[in-house]
Amino acid sequence: MSVTTVRKPSLLWRLPILSHLRQSVGVQRGMLIAGILISGMFIVAAIFAPLIAPYGFAQSRDENGLFGKQMPPSPEHLWGTTVGGFDVLSRVIWGTQTALSVVIVAVVLSIFAGVALGLVSGYLGGWLDRVLVVIADAIYPFPTLLLAIVMSIVISGGRSSLWSGILSAAISITVVFIPQYFRVVRAEAVRLKAEAFVESARVVGSSTGRIMFTHVLRNSTRTLPLILTLNASEAILTLAGLGFLGFGIAPTSAAEWGYDLNRALSDTASGIWWTGVFPGAAIVLLVLGLTLVGESINDISDPKLRTRKRLRKAA
Amino acid sequence: MPNVLDINNLGVSFATDAGAVRAVDGVTLSVKAGEVLAIVGESGSGKTVTAKTILGLLPETAVTSGVVMLGANDIVSVGKDTLRKIRGTDVAMVFQEPSLALNPVFTVGWQIAEGLRAHGRLSKKAAKAKAVDILRRVGIPEPEKRVDYYPHQFSGGQKQRVVIAMALVLDPELIVADEPTTALDVTVQAEILDLLRRCRDEFNTAIVLITHNMGVVADLADRVVVMYEGKIVESADATTLFENPKHEYTKKLLGSVPFIGQGTEDTTSRAMARSFADHEVAVAAKRLVIEYPGRLGRPGFRAVDGVSFTIAQGEVLGLVGESGSGKTTIGRAIAGLTAVSGGSLSVLGTEVRGLSERGFRSLRADIGFVFQDPASSFNPRLTIAECVAEPLIVHGRAGDAAAARPRVDELLEAVQLPKAFGDRFPHELSGGQRQRASLARAIALQPKLLVADEPTSALDVSVQARVLELFAELQREFGFAALFISHDLAVVDLLADRIAVLYRGELVEEGTGAQVLVNPRHPYTRRLLASLPVPNPARQAERREELRRLRGLD
Repeated sequence: MSVTTVRKPSLLWRLPILSHLRQSVGVQRGMLIAGILISGMFIVAAIFAPLIAPYGFAQSRDENGLFGKQMPPSPEHLWGTTVGGFDVLSRVIWGTQTALSVVIVAVVLSIFAGVALGLVSGYLGGWLDRVLVVIADAIYPFPTLLLAIVMSIVISGGRSSLWSGILSAAISITVVFIPQYFRVVRAEAVRLKAEAFVESARVVGSSTGRIMFTHVLRNSTRTLPLILTLNASEAILTLAGLGFLGFGIAPTSAAEWGYDLNRALSDTASGIWWTGVFPGAAIVLLVLGLTLVGESINDISDPKLRTRKRLRKAA
Repeated sequence: MPNVLDINNLGVSFATDAGAVRAVDGVTLSVKAGEVLAIVGESGSGKTVTAKTILGLLPETAVTSGVVMLGANDIVSVGKDTLRKIRGTDVAMVFQEPSLALNPVFTVGWQIAEGLRAHGRLSKKAAKAKAVDILRRVGIPEPEKRVDYYPHQFSGGQKQRVVIAMALVLDPELIVADEPTTALDVTVQAEILDLLRRCRDEFNTAIVLITHNMGVVADLADRVVVMYEGKIVESADATTLFENPKHEYTKKLLGSVPFIGQGTEDTTSRAMARSFADHEVAVAAKRLVIEYPGRLGRPGFRAVDGVSFTIAQGEVLGLVGESGSGKTTIGRAIAGLTAVSGGSLSVLGTEVRGLSERGFRSLRADIGFVFQDPASSFNPRLTIAECVAEPLIVHGRAGDAAAARPRVDELLEAVQLPKAFGDRFPHELSGGQRQRASLARAIALQPKLLVADEPTSALDVSVQARVLELFAELQREFGFAALFISHDLAVVDLLADRIAVLYRGELVEEGTGAQVLVNPRHPYTRRLLASLPVPNPARQAERREELRRLRGLD
């Protein structure tokens, strides 16, 4: 059997996502690229919101006076204005900032705690493991949105500034997602514990901490990207849900898609489509983009699911 | 006689991440009815791919060229429906691992009937009657009762008999047996080989036997095809091949097969040169008992039962036994991976029974361990240099992997690996290279004691020979005491000063190679010796008779 030597790609192409892109072909590649493009578009919009957005998120007048309420799309207001007299395009663009901050806060809060607990629980085992698993199972079926409402009342008494809204959504997501990270990492740790290389580390005399972090942790992160993207999209949906139910962020503190959807509810009956369609589409697209990235990374990472170029004929 | 199988200029390529890989290249061979053709070669030689092509079992990533004529059908070009009809009736397969080839939730009778029902309408009763009949013919006792048993109620050898029965029940003209005895113990292997021989003689079935074990080839094959890197390098009838191999590779392959008696001279002279009587004791076991706890309310499983032995400083003790004999458990107990439940085990002067993990840690610097499977005993995310540096870092001999590098380079050199290999990842090395790196890691701290658990059983024969040589060299150079665990008497014979034979958790025989291998006292040792096939068809036939006689005695 002849083995062709592969030149090692540069560091850039070994980073996650980029390395996956390099390995992918066909439909999987298409899905990944679509996901990257959609998510990338939102990230760019969030970073450059002050430059891209024509108006501020709480701006309802300019030098020519008030924008007017529920104005249809026009050259001044490309996507029209809302019932509160805000520019829809500007609010959708500023809304990406809020959405992505809740994603970052939620992921940071849950990933470290979940991974650390899973690692300790899976590797050490014993009564600690049993207690943690029972707690995780108990939290698992908890409805996120209910928890988020309670959180927002606890944090800000139901009144909503930018950070209390973001935090209540993020914390409720954290509570539900810690058990998910916990379970995945724990399952991997339990599997790896019996692997010969972990035993060989034990025979060498490595301390338990060293075995957990250098040997077990580094090999158990394979499925994390998928949960990470699920975590991110769940965070966005919860934030939007909170806003929709009226527990979200006040329009003067930040732009938030869920709140805009809530206010657009009454417009639908009177044929005003632009106030609801654009924020709604933004939510769907961002969640879709993140899920596409996560799903295709998961498939490409697994050699059994990864598609390869079909050979035309025997080499 | 007509040919059952004709393969003409077969080529198979696989699509991989690294591009196309040619696994089989221009293979041409044929099998007559009632003939056993052995395909031998090391891993990666394309022998299994060739076998799978015969049944049309290649994965979707494979592209095939050439012609595989089975009866009147060309397997390469026929459609799925025809292929399904051919499988079972024209050609059947016997897999390597019988416990994986049987579905655990159905009775064996059901699984045998499954094949019958796939190829024609048959009443339940008739199918069962046929299943009972075929089980009787493959030598399962009380087939009327055992037809309703589940796979886990059979032993490993019996499971393989059931798998063979499943292959035979539709009376195929050809059976493809892919390493049918590799997962079995030597004594069981001999029985399965007998059964396959009966398949040929009584059922007149042609057999394609895929194996890497030259002893098995000598025992069973009529004709032999040697494959190397996807090509056939030599093809001859068995007697000619073993007596007069033509190709360099065949000669090398035959030369590297270890056989009993090879090491005796060596070890005797070594034993003369030094006596271990006045040496300090490295390991002493007295009535050692190791139990695995059972489920709630059930008694535990006693893996090791009252075993006593000693290993002196600088001595190599070979521990031999079949699977389940407790040999690996003893090795793990010495390394502190399994708790001792009774008796006494003293390692380097410290009593291990009841010793805490913390207490054991100070001992660890003086114990090296080599694992069976080099593929899984390295952390896949660390480079070889980092893996070998691990013991040095853990025991404070070096600050980090970079500081340990000079010593790591020395160690790699000691095991005959180029320094540059330190920067590679484990999966970039071959099995033999990995096992050498594993040896380097084990001797990194210059241990007083080395435990090697089947270090060569996952390797090809030609590679195994090199690793064993290296082991002997290192042992001479560093003078550590060693416990060498293996199921292969011939391998142990090469290395060990003394040999201990374990049978069902008990030590049945212990002595020097000359004592145990030349004049075995215990009947189990005798059977074990007689079961070991030798790479010589004529001598193997004699040994077969000898084994038959021994079985009659039991």
